[in-house]
Amino acid sequence: MEYIIILISAVFVNNIVLSQFLGVCPFLGVSKKVSTAVGMSGAVCFVMALSTLVTYLIQYYVLLPLNIEFMQTIAFILVIAALVQMVEIILKKISPSLYQALGIFLPLITTNCAVLGVALMVVQKDFTFCGASHMLNLGESVVFAVASAIGYGVAIILFAGMREQIATSNVPKAFKGTPIALVTAGILALAFMGFSGLV
Amino acid sequence: MGLLTAGIVKNNPTFVLVLGMCPTLATTTSALNGMGMGLATLAVLVLSNMLIAAFAPLIPDKVRIPSYIVLIATLVTVVQLFMQAYTPALYESLGIFIPLIVVNCIILGRAEAFANKHGVFESLLDGLGVGLGFTISLTVLGLIREILGNLSVFGVKFSGGDGILVFVLAPGAFLVLGCLMALFNKLSEKK
Amino acid sequence: MARQSTFKNMVATMVVICLFTSAVLGAVYVITLKPIQNAQIAKTNAAIAQVTPAFDNNPVADSLRLNYTYDGKTRSTVAYIAKKGGKIVGYAIEASTMKGFGGRINLMVGFKPDGEIYNSSVISHSETPGLGARITDSQSHFVVQFNGKIPDDKDFKVAVRKDGGDVDAITASTISSRAFCDVIRDAYGAFKSINVNSNNSGKEAQIDSNE
Repeated sequence: MEYIIILISAVFVNNIVLSQFLGVCPFLGVSKKVSTAVGMSGAVCFVMALSTLVTYLIQYYVLLPLNIEFMQTIAFILVIAALVQMVEIILKKISPSLYQALGIFLPLITTNCAVLGVALMVVQKDFTFCGASHMLNLGESVVFAVASAIGYGVAIILFAGMREQIATSNVPKAFKGTPIALVTAGILALAFMGFSGLV
Repeated sequence: MGLLTAGIVKNNPTFVLVLGMCPTLATTTSALNGMGMGLATLAVLVLSNMLIAAFAPLIPDKVRIPSYIVLIATLVTVVQLFMQAYTPALYESLGIFIPLIVVNCIILGRAEAFANKHGVFESLLDGLGVGLGFTISLTVLGLIREILGNLSVFGVKFSGGDGILVFVLAPGAFLVLGCLMALFNKLSEKK
Repeated sequence: MARQSTFKNMVATMVVICLFTSAVLGAVYVITLKPIQNAQIAKTNAAIAQVTPAFDNNPVADSLRLNYTYDGKTRSTVAYIAKKGGKIVGYAIEASTMKGFGGRINLMVGFKPDGEIYNSSVISHSETPGLGARITDSQSHFVVQFNGKIPDDKDFKVAVRKDGGDVDAITASTISSRAFCDVIRDAYGAFKSINVNSNNSGKEAQIDSNE
């Protein structure tokens, strides 16, 4: 039950792009065509789940015991960068077809703030006032990461569908390109607000 | 001087280059938050530009990017610790977006496109210019959202009542930025 | 511009950079450690001062850990004791709920020794700005209506009117208002456990706090 709540809340209610504003750059960058949007969200899902798993373990088995939490940012970004490289190399060897589909998106993911954002959110104590705190466990963390990635996919694919329509319609000159895309994203975010209060 | 102004208008990171969108949209719920985020990014950008300009000739080409990322992540952590110590309220309202300065494309972008080919002083100016451009954009965006959504300017209410809530929420960020960008296009086109 | 890459100089560069950055970080961490702790203590003190009558002791040093049951679950929180001239003038109790519209709401609730609510202050929340977020406005009728009441369900039932209680909910924010009531009841549950502790076992409650 807990897992289902996490899933629904991460995909719809607290959608990572439309309400948390993570990963907006690639959201605007690679959403001109539905096919590239699908490729990007696949790659993000894969890397996000994997990096959250690894950074979670690093946080609780390396950083906390050694009391060097302030190294968090640096450790996480290195893990993500290394992981992306590794995934790229392994994919190339094991599954060239998958590599062909996801390959060009992988290097972009290192600087996708959604990946680092989710890794940080998961280990952040919900509340650090004095004493009381609620933390996600490993299983919940990975479910959260996958759900966030699904939410990312839903948003970017829907958005790409709309942008394909916009490309053929008559847009005022000043709004051409990014401005109209942003306004569209605003309306999409407005629609997603309807989900709030669901969980 | 040219280096300084280029970052503010011609190469404005928000309106022209469309970089660093996540903090731009997320932290501009008020003018003060936008300005805080802009200044934190400015600090990291200036320091990273200078450091990278100084170290670039010594770093082998193939480990260039990882080296830059480590340097940037360190600077971000330094800024983060200082904010936590001296501006705790701002630190809390910006939350996760402070560590996320690491993956702000503006910083790595300037390192790659400018700092590693220029001297320390020029890189300092470039960092200042782009950082100021970013700060100004964020402050303006935050100001507009705050006025429309909360009927206040820099936290000071100028009228009773509630304002148009949606502008403080997520959709408002996209809408206001879209319209501002269109306005920017319109104005720069005339020149 | 950049140097030729050989395995040796790549490894050497990374090692030097890592050493350099960890040295910088370590130094900054040590420098900022004290100010960060001070900032956190100041924040706790400010929240306590807001919800209790004027005091002259250090409530953080005089705090009590409380274990109590609320809503069928065993919970644990901290009560900060405000004293003036050695006499207890109030308790500040931290409590939280997950039932808010946007998730968790953390509250500092101040009680007078007789159980009357002195004041309350929202520490953190993620309610909708302009709607549920109005729980943070300490001047609003919604927050003020709790002050001076004993939330024991006898003459003041802590529930919104829709649920048969005595609390006027914030318009269009019933869920946030319900959650706020939930935290108040939770804090009162914790408050009652102080009295139980001090009535039954006197000094033991104090010893308990040193754990």
